[in-house]
Amino acid sequence: MRTERRPALRVLFSIGMSLLAIPFVFPTWWMITSSFKPIGEIFAFPPTLWPQNPTIQPYIDALTEQPFLLQYWNSMYIAVVVTVATMVFSAMAGYAFARIRFPGVNFLFVIVLVGLLVPSEVTIVPLFQMFNQLGLVNTHWPLLLVSTFGAPSVLATFIMRQFFVTLPVELEEAARLDGLHRAAIWWRIAMPLAKASLGAVAIFTFLHTWNLYLEPTVYLQSPDLFTLPQALTRYTDAYGGQMWNVQLAAATMTAVPVLIVFIFAQRQFVEGLAQTGLKG
Amino acid sequence: MSGVLDEAPVVLAAGASPRAGAGRPAEKRRRRRLSRGDTLIGYLFVAPQVIGILAFVILPLALILYYNFHEWNVLANTFRFVGTENVERLFSDPKVAPVLGATAVFSIGLVIGNLGLALLLAVLLNRKVRGITFFRTLFFSPVVVSLVAWTIVWGFLLQDDGGINGLLAMVGVDGPNWLREGPTAMLSVIVVQVFKNVGLNMILFLSALQGVPREVTEAASIDGAGKAAIFGRITLPLISPTILLTTIITIVGSLQVFAQIAVLTQGGPGISTTVLVYYLFQQAFEFHRFGYGSTLALVLFVIVLLLTIVQWQLRKRWVFYEN
Repeated sequence: MRTERRPALRVLFSIGMSLLAIPFVFPTWWMITSSFKPIGEIFAFPPTLWPQNPTIQPYIDALTEQPFLLQYWNSMYIAVVVTVATMVFSAMAGYAFARIRFPGVNFLFVIVLVGLLVPSEVTIVPLFQMFNQLGLVNTHWPLLLVSTFGAPSVLATFIMRQFFVTLPVELEEAARLDGLHRAAIWWRIAMPLAKASLGAVAIFTFLHTWNLYLEPTVYLQSPDLFTLPQALTRYTDAYGGQMWNVQLAAATMTAVPVLIVFIFAQRQFVEGLAQTGLKG
Repeated sequence: MSGVLDEAPVVLAAGASPRAGAGRPAEKRRRRRLSRGDTLIGYLFVAPQVIGILAFVILPLALILYYNFHEWNVLANTFRFVGTENVERLFSDPKVAPVLGATAVFSIGLVIGNLGLALLLAVLLNRKVRGITFFRTLFFSPVVVSLVAWTIVWGFLLQDDGGINGLLAMVGVDGPNWLREGPTAMLSVIVVQVFKNVGLNMILFLSALQGVPREVTEAASIDGAGKAAIFGRITLPLISPTILLTTIITIVGSLQVFAQIAVLTQGGPGISTTVLVYYLFQQAFEFHRFGYGSTLALVLFVIVLLLTIVQWQLRKRWVFYEN
């Protein structure tokens, strides 16, 4: 009886899960398909699930209404620089906090942990003022510096520390007997073993930086310096109305590349997140 | 974070193993030299992070306390000491209560919606069936879609003449103007955010569920325990550290919500979706009141601090540890 019921149950399960998945998948589908619709069709009733008269005009408009490619580059280079820098610095700090005994190490670790308690929104006013006095408002420096060294990077340091704590001592002792310096032990022994944790840090940091919205809104005024999330909301016509299909075309260009990377690297993605030592 | 912060600070000493042979002078000298090198490397390694936290977290925290006692209008270029005026304004500001209320409603709604759905999905997807990774990918995919892009699409879908109401009309239902009517606006913001990030908690729950030993649930099953009893009495307690962790992450994250509000509702209708961070942003960067903005930032900080302390205390009561 069990074997008879199983295939039917499996089909039922798949149908149920597919229905449940609709609100997760439909918006992305709607974004992509609507970005190829002429403006008249975008509010058609009944709604069309596939563009009837596909056009790439929204994409042309998205690229010409704003310096979109430049904004794309801004977002991309900021996210990459912050991600790589965070990986290096959080691995250094995480290693030292886990492995090296030096005076004040625990005190310094507590100072760093304060960063977990303070959402960056709390400090946005004084940070704006500080960067203003340094003449760095309307540059990318606040985004690069605060993301790499400030509160957002503490989670990365924490993840790295959690990994290095679990490294067997014997590995390092053997290396030390071979005369390796501490920095060399970190780089040549510990780092290669930390790939999964570094991967998790990279994913977290990239997504976080790529999605920043409050900070660019506060710090940046020139469209040439805008990042993508900020640029996406600026596609308005002369009357301040939203140009929906243009906005959706730009949103598609923002979302789809990351989505494609995710689909191909899905395994590492999910496993990386699952095994960050955050399991509790 | 649970079970992680509370472990004894494991700082492994250089050469602290029994094999280091602390007796002989030559060994001793070598050890001292090693540890002196270690001290330098230690400071060098933590310096970027520590300096960053001092400059971008601790110093700004001290500054908001300082600004809190000043009236600082950036436009008028006035900066003067006003004592507790900003704090008094906080208590007489008729908008503060509704803003805190909206913040609480958003946080509670998000935590219940997100954790409930994440747990449900994790339980449903925690099986070895062909194609299960496909479904996991579907539910996780919004996490990697850019936040503002995701929010824009939902804003488009939720308009009066948008896709959701279009679909509703096809089945003969006249949908509300979701984002422009009081109760549905807050509901919409919560739902949009739940679907965006539920995948993260789902993955954390999944990995916790996979850590639940089969033998335990099977033994209970043989002893005649029903599925509900096994889930409530065995599975839930075993994954409680993860539930605590995801609760902390989700609550703190919910207090930081800004982009979704700015894109979907601009705090409206009225101020029904104006959460604390959005109000702080308006006061500081739209009305240029840095002093009062700092007071509001302090409120946000105190709330986060209190929540963390409360959760830390609760942890002792209901989190089950295997060891």
